[in-house]
Parts: sequence; structure tokens; C-alpha cells
Amino acid sequence: MLQADVLVIGSGAAGMYAAITAARAGAKVLLVDRSLIGRGGATVMAQMTVAVAVGEEEPDHWEHHLADTLKAGRGLCDPALSGLLCEQGPACIREMDEWGIGWARRDGHLAQVHAPGHDRKRCVYVDFLNTGPAVSKTLRARVQRIPEVQRVGDLLVTELAVRDGACVGAHATHVTTGAAVPIAAKATIVATGGLTRLYARNSASINMGGDGYALALRAGAELVDMEFVQFFPIGHLAPRLVGMDPIMWDPFRYKLGGRLLNAERREFLPEEGRYTSARDLATYAILQEVAAGRGSPHGGAWLSFQHCSEPVLREAFGPVIKRLAENGIDLTRQPIEVAPIAHYHMGGVRVDTDMRTGVPHLFAAGEAVGGANGANRLSGNAITEAFTFGQRAGERAAALAAGTRMPDVGHSPPLSVRKSEVNPAAEIASLQSLMHTHVGPLRTRPGLEKALEDIMALAPMCAQPGTPRGGLDAEWIDLHDLRSMRLVAECVARAALLREESRGAHQRDDFAQTSEAWHRHQTIRLAGEQVQIASQA
Amino acid sequence: MQAKLKVWRGAAGETGGFAHYEVPFEPGQTVLDGLRWIRVHRDPSLAIRFSCINANACKECMIRVDGKTVYACTTRLAQGEMTLEPLPNKTLIKDLVTEIAPPDERLK
Repeated sequence: MLQADVLVIGSGAAGMYAAITAARAGAKVLLVDRSLIGRGGATVMAQMTVAVAVGEEEPDHWEHHLADTLKAGRGLCDPALSGLLCEQGPACIREMDEWGIGWARRDGHLAQVHAPGHDRKRCVYVDFLNTGPAVSKTLRARVQRIPEVQRVGDLLVTELAVRDGACVGAHATHVTTGAAVPIAAKATIVATGGLTRLYARNSASINMGGDGYALALRAGAELVDMEFVQFFPIGHLAPRLVGMDPIMWDPFRYKLGGRLLNAERREFLPEEGRYTSARDLATYAILQEVAAGRGSPHGGAWLSFQHCSEPVLREAFGPVIKRLAENGIDLTRQPIEVAPIAHYHMGGVRVDTDMRTGVPHLFAAGEAVGGANGANRLSGNAITEAFTFGQRAGERAAALAAGTRMPDVGHSPPLSVRKSEVNPAAEIASLQSLMHTHVGPLRTRPGLEKALEDIMALAPMCAQPGTPRGGLDAEWIDLHDLRSMRLVAECVARAALLREESRGAHQRDDFAQTSEAWHRHQTIRLAGEQVQIASQA
Repeated sequence: MQAKLKVWRGAAGETGGFAHYEVPFEPGQTVLDGLRWIRVHRDPSLAIRFSCINANACKECMIRVDGKTVYACTTRLAQGEMTLEPLPNKTLIKDLVTEIAPPDERLK
């Protein structure tokens, strides 16, 4: 049995920032992660840049950043949440700077690059391809120095504990022993990231299976905008590249341009070697070339840096050139193949600007939150969102905990004996393939209906996963994940089927236009086992 | 192509032993790809630890391959037999998984 003023579930940037902020406000914090603290999740994989109006490269104001965010969101951002992200971003970036992250500098000021969708140079970064690892490392070092933050890894939260409608902590399983661990908490923050693991090709870690959405939903909270899954247009496709994040090409396109070519070696976006296209538009352009038979051999597009001389490549890529060579890739001689890859989820748990969900004493932070990025996220906003929302959630959760008595979480409910006539690892792989084929960036009614039918057929084998058989019961972990992934997949597919228009990351072949009537959000709750969707302006 | 993986199986406190698997692969694929293939196609109970799949960012997939300590996600599969074992200097949890969390981040 563990207890804390504030329980933080997930130790990416949002969770760690929340833990630091809550401890600073006087709370005793318990920071848990299903994997190791500060190593899994999406943050460590974020090799790119962080959008923030610090105005060091050229004059800027957070309202300009907000205008770009709202424009990229295709009319569906929650302006209050987007505003919080843009307004609080600079202070968090400076705080990270004080904590020694090592943002790249030029002539004594923070270096900022011009990423697609921004009206000016706004994105800070850590060279080379090191933004995410540096964020994780900096926050990890910070968290380690705060005695009020207890850190426990290998602890998988299986249910939030709810008493009289309010969250009183969580029930967890200690992965390495299989022991049940109840956690009493005065306030709880879900910072478990998104759902990109639902897709066969994705850029996130194995922990991003939508756990937090399933936990929040089953506890009575609402989800919003679940149909909007961002595909990153130029994920690495071929030749096989290991030891590198598949989204690694983006920062080099900022620096060098890079030509995106079809099978005829012609540019098909109006870019002329520059890098200007928003993510949703570039994704569809690539998929349309593939559909028209003009894709690269593995079903994507060519990305060429052959217009750059070797010294220019060496300067821009730094030590990465060597890592590419180890993979047999020489950019002066060959283009590589890229294709859209599941990258981020705009939807998530519905919160107000205090990061409060609809369930009292339950908060959410980071990618787990829906609304700040509407139907399409502006590049660079994900880490800013993690910092600012983590900070806000930590502050507000600590304040609430200060006036709350320690609740009784009780014993973890006994789990049924496990039946395992299926191979859950195989079921997860087939669910990922189903989602990629039918609930990816291009959607059709028959495809979505087929996906839903298969998702519903999985339901009977996704009851409670029972009790783990000892430590590191890999099948039990997969059964747990399959249960969350199935529920979240159902939410995405149902919301996508109902939205009869195309907007941002949601594109329907049968409703190709954006519709004013659909300038609204869909929210989801669970009634018993039933996923219920409501539509609201 | 086929790789033959000889994988140490067993939980803490049990008598373990090697299990043998034949894994199809294409050049460029990794030991972690092979282990994931085994879980999907042969035996989902095989315990491995990884998070980032193959970005080599999480540093969780360290094991012994043919007596050398390596990351499973960056070590390429090769034709012939490869011997996979858990780290010898860490407490075994199960199969290829050892206790690698810092001591103050473990459940007490």
C-alpha cells in the first residue's frame, strides 16, 4: 500500500514537470511509471524542436504563436487550452534552461528555427537530434533531487480508484513481482501520453497504448476529439534504420530543405526544396502519390538531400552522419524512403484550464489531454504542451490536496483467474494492422465499419486480465494492454465514423470537404461497457 | 533467411534452460525484431524489456548476445546460431529481463 498527496501516473515530460511543481507547492508526490522512470513514453523519443515565443531569434509574442496554433488546428482548438500552452511556454523553456538542458545557442542567444506552420523562427532544440533525451535527462535529474518526490518504476496502474464519484488514488500491479499495490492519493494526475501504439507503424514507445484514456474513461471522465490522430508525414521507411528514431529527418529538413519526390523523381508538393507543408497536407499528398501508383518501392516517397554537398551535410548532421553510415546510408549518393507514421494524438481526456477532468480529484496533463491542438497539431507544440500542462496540473493538484484528507483506497479488488486461449501479442499485432489499414489518415465508411466490427469481436477476450502469474508475466501485460487498446481503438473508430467531413488529421473519401456543420467536438463517456458519443459546439 | 536463436528462459528462483527458436529475417533486422517475432508467432510468454522499439533512446533492452553485452535493438540478426542471455551482473527477474531500475526507484 502506497500513499501520497499527489499521485502522478507516467514519467514523461508532463508527469515529471507535474511532480516537480506539486512538490514545490508543498505536496508529497508519488511518481509512478509502468516502465523505468523518465525513460519510456514519448518524450525521450522527441528528437525535434520545441515551439515557444521567447523571441530570441526575431521579435515574437505568445499571441503570434497562438494564432499559428489555432490556424493549424483547423478551427477545433480549445482556445483557452492553446492559449495556456503558448502563454506559459516561455517561462517553462527558461526554467529548463536554468536546469541545464543546454538549448542550442547562436551568438549568445537561444537558436530558433522556422518549422512548418509557424510564421517565424520559433522552435528551440538541443543538438544533434537530442531534444527529447535532453528533456528527459534534465527533468529526471531535477526530480531525483527532490526528497518529496518518491519515484517507483515498473508499477502498472490498472484502474483508478473511485469512491463517491471522486478519484481516491489507483490500483496498480508491480510488474516485476506481480503483486497488487493499492495507492491512496488526495489528487491524481494522468500523464500517460497518447495512443500511437494502436498503429502498426508509429514513432512512439511501446507504452503509448492509450492506457490513460482507458483509465480515465472507466473512472467516469470524458474524452474529446478522439478521431484526430496525427500522422507524421516523413517517417523513415527504407532502407532499414536502427538505433534512430523514425521521425529523425524533420530537423534536417528545417536546416537543409530536402526534396520530397515521387517515383518519377518529381516534387509533388509546392515546396521547391524548402520545407513548408503542414503535417496533414504533406501526409495526404504522399498517400495520394502512392494511391496513384507513383510511390517509392516500399510504398512511400523519396526524400533526397543530394542537392547538398558533403561538407554541408556533415555540418548539419554532425555525428548522425556516422550513425547513418553504420546503417549503410550515404546521403550524398542516395535518397531514402519516407512514409506517414502515427506520431501524436490531438484528442484525449477533456479538462478545463486547471487540468481538472470531469471526475473530482482527477487531473490530466500532456498528450493525455485533448483539445489544445484541435484537428492538427502545429509542429513543436507537444513538448511545450507537456511542460505547461504538467506545471499547471502539478500546481492545481497540490492546492487541492492541501485541503483534502487522505482517502481510504481500500484493498485492490480480487482479480479473476486468467483464461488465456489467445496469444495476446498476436492479437495486439493484428489490432495495430487493422487500425493502420482502416483508421489511419485516409478513411472510408466501409473501412471504418470493418474496423469497428473487428474491434467489437475482440471485446469478449478483453475482460479483466486476471492475476499475473509471478513477476514479468509478459502475457498478462499484453492482456492488460489489449484491453485498453481495444477500448481506445473503439473510441477512435466510432468518432471517425460519425464525423462526416474531412478536417485536419481526419480525412474521409466519402466526405472530402470540411463542413461548417461539423465545426464541433465529439465527446465520449462510458455507460457500463457502452461507448457513448455526444456532439457539442 | 533464418536465424537460430538460443534464448535463456526461466524465472528467478527456478532452474532455467535454453529454448531454441528459428526466426525468419531480412537483412537489417535486429535481435529485438527476432524476439518480438517469437512473442507474436511462437510464445507470448517470453519476457523481454524494451520501450522505444528501435530508436535506442530508452536503453532498456540491454542483454548478452554471444557473451557480449549489447542493445537488442541495434544488434543485427545473423544467419547461424546466436545465444541470448540476461545480463549476468544484475538480479534476474525472468527470461531476458533483469532488475535494472536504480535502487531508489524500486517498490520497497
